[in-house]
Amino acid sequence: MKITLNNTPEEIQAAQLTVQQLLERKKFTFKLIIVKINGKVVPKQEYETTQIHDGDDVVIFHLVSGG
Amino acid sequence: MPTFEVIKRRLKNKKVGIAGSGGLGSNCAVALARVGVGHLVITDFDKVEESNLNRQYYFYDQIGMQKVDALEINLRRINPNIEITKHDVKLTPSNIPAIFKDCDVIVEAFDKAEMKQMILETVLLHFPEKYLVAASGLAGWGANEKITQTSFGKLYLCGDFETEVSEELPPLAPRVGIVSNMEANIVLELLLGEMRP
Repeated sequence: MKITLNNTPEEIQAAQLTVQQLLERKKFTFKLIIVKINGKVVPKQEYETTQIHDGDDVVIFHLVSGG
Repeated sequence: MPTFEVIKRRLKNKKVGIAGSGGLGSNCAVALARVGVGHLVITDFDKVEESNLNRQYYFYDQIGMQKVDALEINLRRINPNIEITKHDVKLTPSNIPAIFKDCDVIVEAFDKAEMKQMILETVLLHFPEKYLVAASGLAGWGANEKITQTSFGKLYLCGDFETEVSEELPPLAPRVGIVSNMEANIVLELLLGEMRP
């Protein structure tokens, strides 16, 4: 499927996958991240159950301490 | 082209919420007060400590005061007419919506990544239509060229996105000052919108 990941077009070799699977595939291992799909935030507890679909606009970024 | 008088008139009617009054929050609030944002909502549950003075907008004689009380005094010394709503509480998913509901822009100004994630998730869930400005990655010193900004819809992020605070990489005035002022600068850009020449 084709998605947009962090404002960049990306081709994913899968018919369907969950947020959790995408994180593993992209090796996003940071503890604290924010995930948005088509502008809507996906809470951490829904990563396993939320499906990503062809054409989705996905944003994943991690947060580090300091302020 | 709008003059500073016109700009100030626009900013006077704006309300900005700042989540946290530490290094990011105190410096961001000062920048917004100086340019004339009319109403600030400031929050923090902590007291001013000596270890804060390496980066936070407090003074030695304010050690021991509640941060929101000390910050209010400092902001009023800059602009006596500013309206300030202060909340001496720990922010949680249950109190955030009520505290920030009327704000034109919300600024994330926490220290710990867990708290940053908590407020981003809460604001994005409750107020997906609101502008939210956050910071991530500002520890240590140097490397100006790594500090940048990005945006995803109405969410704006600034920092270097990688440098985490540790024993070897403390948060220090210059980089915390840069990133907090970048947050304030994004807030201005959002509030002034089409006024930008």
